[in-house]
Amino acid sequence: MSPLTGYLLLSAFLFSIGLAGALTRRNAILVLIGIELMLNAANLNFIAFWRYGPHPEALTGVMFAIFSIGVAAAEAAVGLSIILAVYRHSRTTDLDKLNSMKG
Amino acid sequence: MPEIIDQIFVVIKHWFMGYVPGGIQPLASAVLSVVPVMIVFPVLFAITTVLERKGLGRMQNRYGPNRAGWFGILQPMADGVKSLTKEDIVPRTADQLVHFLAPVMLVIASFLVYAVLPIGRNMVIANLNAGVLFFFAIGSMVELSVFMAGWSSHSKYSLLGAMRAIAQMISYEMPLVLASVVVIMAAGSLSTVTIVNMQAGYTWIWPHWYVFTPWGFTGFVIFMIAATAESNRCPFDMPEGESEIIAGYYIEYSGFKFALFFLGEYLGMFATSAMAITLFLGGWAAPFSFLTWIPSYVWFFAKLLAIIFAFIWVRGTLPRLRMDQLMNFAWKFMLPLSLINIVGAGIWHFMPAGFGRWGVVSLLVALSCVLLSRGLRRNKWFHVRTYRFAT
Amino acid sequence: MVVLVQYVHLYLPPLHGWNRFKMIISFLLLASLTIIGTAAAMSLKNLVHCVLALTLGLVGLAGLYLQLGAQFVGFTQILVYVGAVAILAAFAIMMTRSADPTLSNATATFRTSGAVVAVVVFAVLAWAIYYGTAHQPIFTAQPEGSVGQVGLALMHHFVLPLEVIGLLLTAALIGAGILAMDEHRGNQ
Repeated sequence: MSPLTGYLLLSAFLFSIGLAGALTRRNAILVLIGIELMLNAANLNFIAFWRYGPHPEALTGVMFAIFSIGVAAAEAAVGLSIILAVYRHSRTTDLDKLNSMKG
Repeated sequence: MPEIIDQIFVVIKHWFMGYVPGGIQPLASAVLSVVPVMIVFPVLFAITTVLERKGLGRMQNRYGPNRAGWFGILQPMADGVKSLTKEDIVPRTADQLVHFLAPVMLVIASFLVYAVLPIGRNMVIANLNAGVLFFFAIGSMVELSVFMAGWSSHSKYSLLGAMRAIAQMISYEMPLVLASVVVIMAAGSLSTVTIVNMQAGYTWIWPHWYVFTPWGFTGFVIFMIAATAESNRCPFDMPEGESEIIAGYYIEYSGFKFALFFLGEYLGMFATSAMAITLFLGGWAAPFSFLTWIPSYVWFFAKLLAIIFAFIWVRGTLPRLRMDQLMNFAWKFMLPLSLINIVGAGIWHFMPAGFGRWGVVSLLVALSCVLLSRGLRRNKWFHVRTYRFAT
Repeated sequence: MVVLVQYVHLYLPPLHGWNRFKMIISFLLLASLTIIGTAAAMSLKNLVHCVLALTLGLVGLAGLYLQLGAQFVGFTQILVYVGAVAILAAFAIMMTRSADPTLSNATATFRTSGAVVAVVVFAVLAWAIYYGTAHQPIFTAQPEGSVGQVGLALMHHFVLPLEVIGLLLTAALIGAGILAMDEHRGNQ
C-alpha cells in the first residue's frame, strides 16, 4: 500500500461522492457543486501522479491541475448564470420540474 | 552594536532554543515565532482604537474619549471589559453553528496572514516560496466569513449588508492583486523576504524602494485604495455605514463576537498595510542610508503607524462613496489602470536606465489615469435587450 | 527495467519511523477532513450548509496538495475555489431563493439508481487502482515544483494553453455577465 495508492483511492472516493451528489440531488446548484467536486478529485489524481511518478521536473501534473482549476472556475461561473437565467424564466431550480423544453 | 540590537529578538530566540530538548524543537521554534506576533498585533489594535477615536475627534474639532484614563489612554481596557461582560444575544431563528463560526473564521484568517510578513531582518514566521500568493489566498477567506455572518443572522439588514460587502470586496480584490503583480515582476519572486531584500539597497543615500518608481508609485496608490476598500474603511464603508444600514452584516452580534469582528477587521487592515510596506515601501529597510543604525523592526512599525495614521486621516476627511460609485470606480478605473501599470512596468524593465524610461512610463500611467477618469464621468447605459417569447 | 535503472539516482531512501508516521497521520487527518466536508456537502438539506461544508472539503484538498509539494496549486485552489467559486455558489443560492427550507425532498426521483451507479463506479475505480499500482515502482524523491519553475514552464512549454485559457476566461466572464444581466433594467 504505497502512498500513491492512498492518494488515488482518496481521489476515487471523492469522485464517487461527487458523482452521487450530481446524480441524486434535486437542486440544480448542488448538481453543479457535485461536478466541481469531480473536477477536484481529478486534480488530486494529477498532482499525486506528478509527485510519485517519473519526470516530475516536466511539471505536467502541476500545469494540468492549474489549467483544470481555471477551466472549472469558468464553468462554474457560466453554469451558475445559466441556472439564474432558468430560474428567472421558470421560477424554480428543481430539476424534476424542469423537464419540458416548452418556454 | 547596532547589529545586535537589530537582531535582538532572533538572538533571544536562538538562546532559548538552546534549552529546548531536541525532539520538540520544530514545535517550540514555531511557538516562539508565533506568540510575539499574536501579542503585538492585538496590542497595536487596542492602541489604534484609541488613536483613531482621538484623531477623528480632533479632526472634527472635538476631544476624543478622555475619561477613561490620562488622556483616554485606558479606553481600550474599558471597551474590552464592556465587550466581555455584555450579554451574548443570538436571534432565535439564526443558524446557531454558522453564527458562532463566522467571527472565528474571520479572526483565524486575519491572524494567519501574518505568517509571511517580514517584521525585521531575519524575522519572518514562515519564509514561503509563494508568500504573496498565500497572503491573497488567505485574505480571500474573509469574504466567506462575511457571507456566513450576514446569512446566519437571518435578518434583512444583515443580509443586504453582507451582499454589499462581498460585492465590494470581490471587486477590489482584483486591483489589489494586480497592483502587487508589478512588484512580483520587478523582484522576480513571490517570496516576501526576497522582495524586501531586493529593496534594501541604496544608491548614494536614496533607497531602492519600489514606491520611488512611476509604476511602483501607481501600484502603491492602487494598492492602498484597494486595501481601504477591502477592509471596509471609509470612504468605502457603505456596508457598515452607521447611518444607513446600522451596522451591516454584524448587526445581530453583541458582546465578544462583535469585538472579534472589530479585531478581525482591524487586523486585516494592519496586514494589508504591512503587505503594502513589504511590497512597495521597502519592508524593514531604512529610508536613507545614514539611518540604518536604527533597528529594522522599528522602521517597520514606524511605517505601519504612518499608514494607519493615513487611514485615520482619510476616514476623517472624505465622505462615503455610494455603492454604484464604488463599483464603477473599481471596474472602470482601478482595474484598467492596474493593467496599464503592469504594461508600464514591463516597458520599464526592458528600457535602458535613465530619464527615458522615467518619462515614458510616467506619461503612460498619467495619460491613462486622466483618460479613465474622464470615461468614468460619463454615465453610459447599455442598450436594452428585448426578448419576444413564444407565449 | 531500463527505465527504472535510469531513475535510481533520483530514488532517495523512503521515510523511516517517526517521519513516515507523521506523514501518514497528516495524510489521514487531511483525508478525513476532506471526506467529511464533501460527504456533508452532498447530503445536507440546508443548501448554505452544503456550500460551507464544500469549502471545508476544498480546504482539506488544498492541504493535501501542499503535502504533496505543489505549493502553487494549493494556494491557487484556496484563492479560486474558496475565494470565488464558493461565494458564487452562495450568491446563486441566495438569488434563486433556494435557501429557504424546501417543502419537497432534497433528493431527486432517481435517487437509488444514482447511488448505485456511484457505488459501482467507486468499486471499479478502487479495483483498478489497487491492482494497477500494487506492483508499480514509485519515485519518492521530492520534486521541486517551485513557483519560478511553474512560471517558466507557463512561458515556454505551456504558453499556448495559457493564452487559450485567457481567452476562455474572458469569454466566460462576458458570457456569464450577459446571461445573468437583468433585462428589465432599461425599462425604467
